[in-house]
This record gives sequence, structure tokens and C-alpha cells, in this order.
Amino acid sequence: MTQTQTSAATPTRPWAPTLKDRALTVTSILLAVILDVLIVAVTPLKGKIPYFFLFFILWFIVDSIFVYRAKGQKGVRDGLAAKVTLFGAVVVVMVVASILWETIHRGLKGINLEFFTGTLRNTSLFDPLGSGGIAHAIVGTLMLIAIAIIFAVPMGILTALYLTEIKGKAAGLIQFLVQAMSGVPSVVAGLFIYAAIILNTPLRSSAFLGGLALTILMVPTVTRTSQEVLNLVPRDLREAGLAMGATQWKTVALVVVPAARSGLITATILGVARIAGETAPLLFTVGVFDSYNFNPIKGDQGSLPTVVWRGLQGGTPESIQWAWSTILALLIVVLIMFVIARAFGTRQMKRK
Amino acid sequence: MSENITKNENGTIMSDQDKTTTPSSLSDVAGARAAGGSRVGTRALGTGLEARGVHAWFDKHHALADVSLDFSAGTVTALIGPSGCGKSTFIRTLNRMHEFIPKTSMAGQVLLDGKDIYESGIDVTKIRLQIGMVFQKPNPFPSMTIGENVLSGIKLAQLKVSNQSELMEECLTRAGLWNEVKDRLGAHAGGLSGGQQQRLCIARALAVNPKVLLMDEPCSALDPGSTLRIEETISELSKTMTIVIVTHNMQQAARVSDYTAFFLSDGGPGQMIEVGPTNEIFSRPKDTRTENYVTGRFG
Repeated sequence: MTQTQTSAATPTRPWAPTLKDRALTVTSILLAVILDVLIVAVTPLKGKIPYFFLFFILWFIVDSIFVYRAKGQKGVRDGLAAKVTLFGAVVVVMVVASILWETIHRGLKGINLEFFTGTLRNTSLFDPLGSGGIAHAIVGTLMLIAIAIIFAVPMGILTALYLTEIKGKAAGLIQFLVQAMSGVPSVVAGLFIYAAIILNTPLRSSAFLGGLALTILMVPTVTRTSQEVLNLVPRDLREAGLAMGATQWKTVALVVVPAARSGLITATILGVARIAGETAPLLFTVGVFDSYNFNPIKGDQGSLPTVVWRGLQGGTPESIQWAWSTILALLIVVLIMFVIARAFGTRQMKRK
Repeated sequence: MSENITKNENGTIMSDQDKTTTPSSLSDVAGARAAGGSRVGTRALGTGLEARGVHAWFDKHHALADVSLDFSAGTVTALIGPSGCGKSTFIRTLNRMHEFIPKTSMAGQVLLDGKDIYESGIDVTKIRLQIGMVFQKPNPFPSMTIGENVLSGIKLAQLKVSNQSELMEECLTRAGLWNEVKDRLGAHAGGLSGGQQQRLCIARALAVNPKVLLMDEPCSALDPGSTLRIEETISELSKTMTIVIVTHNMQQAARVSDYTAFFLSDGGPGQMIEVGPTNEIFSRPKDTRTENYVTGRFG
């Protein structure tokens, strides 16, 4: 009856920290907090930031003393490395969290149904929130992003395929240009479209031209991310396709791209994230507008980043409130797009 | 026939035997295979593959020198030799996969039915349709289901097939996988075990009906049970096609092959030292280097 013998064993975790270990951790944190408060109280250091930095320093010192007794110098170094990485992670999370918190906290004050359904046709940014809204700017931003996706995603993915699959003679040059392009300041992209198209052709500012300016910014991001995910597709799979008498085009279309699909969707998402908040290129190419304009190729167009920009320029408490609420709306729009893209990606995978 | 291959005279399965097999038992296995109704080269399938003076380079590194080897139709040829002796390089020149590695070059001729596959103007994709390949690591297409994997060659090579489900069943049966997957053809190939994946890759290669099948260490990533299944598949397939198999496992070479070629590199480019009927290579090799290798004195 080996069955009963094995079932009699209780699962344990001999590698888990013991009660004593945990007590020591808690004690060292407590000691660090107490010392932290004392030092801030007796020295002229004031504010949250000294508390924060001092805590990490003190915690490391106190914990090192405990660790040194148990594990020696190696343990202290190991503990230092662990705390430095934790410190970095906490700083980054705090920055992101405080941006999010501030946006939600301030933005929510101005949010109401009218804000998402109305336009600024009969309302000015200097009026308090309640009448009027930014629906036209949401439409404009979605239109701009859609135009940029239509141009940038095929261009970016095709460029990435050229660089990873064909590796032609121009690959080195193109790789260099893509890298250089990803460093182009966004205002230059807008200026380029302005100088190349608006000054030289009868075309005037429109969502189409704004989309082109955003395309310039989006292509390098999509290309570089796509390149990375395509490089992750094992060479084995390409060879398997080619060994069955497929042309290179068929291998890429039926084997490589489907294998990298979810990564390519990520590349698109990162590209959208890159451009969604761009303001500067829009000022040259799309302008600003306070009502709906459903024509993508003619006329100025409202967009969320330009509403934010104008609100902050206004300088009054009301206009700044408009800016905060619009930033929140932009975050929500981008978030919804990401969720849809992700769901689309995974649904395609599970389809079969 | 498969009885003779998988069991030696005591009736025990080779892969269950002691690791310290004496060389005489290798020649026993090979001899038993040769005696067991062997018809080496007697079947006129009308196709054969011949390598004439094949050299291969990786950039400036001369990896393979002057290999001439005939694979007559309907035979299984094993390529053995220590790592780095050019076996895999050689097998990849046989269906023009060698050229996919950047900066490679080659010399010599590879004749399929008397026509050089490196002739200029020839359609490479048609060559690879006739000379299929199974790789060392099982590599089913991850974005496709089991069924789609089997038929992927039809799509990839843009062939027309009247009855796809019939072809799918036939290929999976020939690869010895049909009974295990017939109820889950719509499942993803990633859920199969390593041995099943490799048999799926064999089924995939069979779907385009190649005349020659090249196998580059097809069992090196698999457990003994799966290896045995694949060896059975190989002997089944050898009735209708020409098979070239690279293997590090000499017992496997003895079990499945009609002919064995021994490759060796003495610091310079890899060369073919000796080729002959498998039982002769394992019982009375002509070259002392072959003898040293098959008796386990080096390598």
C-alpha cells in the first residue's frame, strides 16, 4: 500500500523563510522606520523625499548587520544588490503611479456625460466644465491614429520583413535610417509635412496630413519592434517551410508572420502609444478646431492633445481643469484601444 | 520485417539493452537486418540521388571535401561520424538547404534522376518538393493545428489536392501517428509530445510526396520509445522512398540502414572515409579509422 504512505506526507516548503527570518525582516524594517523618523526630527531635513531616501539607506544598514551575523560578507553584498533593484523598481512605480493618480484625481472632477458627448462649439475653455465637451477631439484623435496605423503598420512591418527575411544589400543603410528616424523630434515631423506639402501643394491642413506626420514618428517604432519579434521566430521554422518547396514569400506569409502575430500586434500598440499624445506635429498640420469635422482630407481638426495644450495655455483654473480632464480622456481612449488590440490578438490565436 | 529491425536474436528490443553493447552485437543487428528479407537496391523505383565530388565552405572555412556518394532508390543510407565531421553540412547540400546560411559556397554536383540540382536556371522549390527534409529538433508550425501542419506543404508549395482529408489520414498513418491524433486534428501542434511532434514533421514532409527523404538526426532530441516508433516509421517508408539519415547513434544506424557512410574530419575539412553495406561497416570495416569509431575507441 504505497499509495497510503505517499498520501500521508504533508507538503512543506523547506526553502521558505522561517518565522525567525520573517521576524528579523520585520524588525529591521521597523528599526529603519524609527531611526528614519528620529533622524528627520533632529536634523533640518524636511519633506517626503528625505524620508524616502533615508529609509532605504537605514534599512540597508540595519538589515546588513543582521545578515552579516548569519551569512557574512557575501550575504551583505547579495542584500545590497536586492535592495538597489527594489529601490529602482519602487522609484519607477512611484513615478508612474503618481502620474496616473494625479491625472485621475484631477481629471475626474471635470468628467460628466456632457464632457464625452458635447463639443466646444458653444463653449470656451475658460467656461467651467458642465456644458460642452470634447467628443469632437476624441473623433479627431481616433481619425489621426487610424490614418497613422493605415500607413505606418504596413510600412513598418514590410520594412522589418526586408531587414529580417530578405536581408538585401540596402539592409545596413535602412537599419541606420530607421534608427536615425526614431530619434527625430516630433516637431520636425510636423515641420517636414508643412514644408513639403502645405507650402508646395494646394493641400491645406487636415487630419490626413496630420496622420502623415504621425506616420513618420510611428514607422521606426513599429519597424524596430517588429524586427525584434520576427528575429525571435526560430530559423528552424523558416527552413521547414522552405524544405517543403515553398517560395520565400509563401514561407514568410504562411509561417513566419503567423508565428509572430501577437508580437506584431504589440508592435502596433507600441507605435500607437508613441503617437497618441503628440501635440507639436499636429499644430502645423491639423490645426485646432472646436466642432466635429468628419472629413479627413479637408479642414482643421480637433484632437485631444491640442485641447490639453490650449487648456494649459489658457492659465485660468477653469481652462487647466479642461486640460486635466482631457488628459484623462486621452488615457481612457488609448487604454480602450489597447484592450481591443489585445483581445483581437488572443482571439485570433484561440480561433482554431 | 520490422521484427528483424527492432529485435535482436534474443528477442529483446535494442533500446532496452545494456549501454555497454559490444561491437559484435552491432554487426549482429546489422547482419540480422541484411538477412531478414533484404532486397537492397532490388526495387526499381526509378529514382536515385548521387553526390559527385561535393565540397562545402562556410565563408573561408572548408567544411566538407570531395564527397561522392550514391543513394540508390529504395535504400536507407546512414551517415555516421563524430560531431563536426560535415555530415549535416553534406545532407543539407543534397536539397539545397546549405545556401540559406549566409556566406556559404559549394562545389560539385548532386544528381537527382541524373539531373544536377545545382544546374543554373533550375526551379529550386521543385527540387525541394522531391527531396524532403526532417530536422533535428521537431519544428511543427506553432500557429497551425495538427491537421493544418500535415497539409501545410500543399499550401506552401501551392499544390492542388483533390481529397485533402484522405491525404491527411494517409500521411499521418504512414508516419505512425494517425491513431494518436485522429480525434484531435483541430488541436494545436504544440500540445503533442516531442516524439509525436517529430512524427508530425515526418507526416508533413510526406504530404508533398517526395522521392527522397533526408533526416538530420531525427531522434537525437527524443526518448528511446519515440525513437523506436520513428525507426519503425523509417523502415515502413523505405519501401517506397529513398532515405538518408544522419545519426550519432550507431545502434540506430545498424537497425535502420542498408548502407552506412562514415565521415571524419582530421582537423581539416570533413571527408567521407568509407561507405558500404551496413553489416560490413559494422563487422569488417576496411579502414582502421572506421573500425576505431564503430568499436567505440574514439568519437
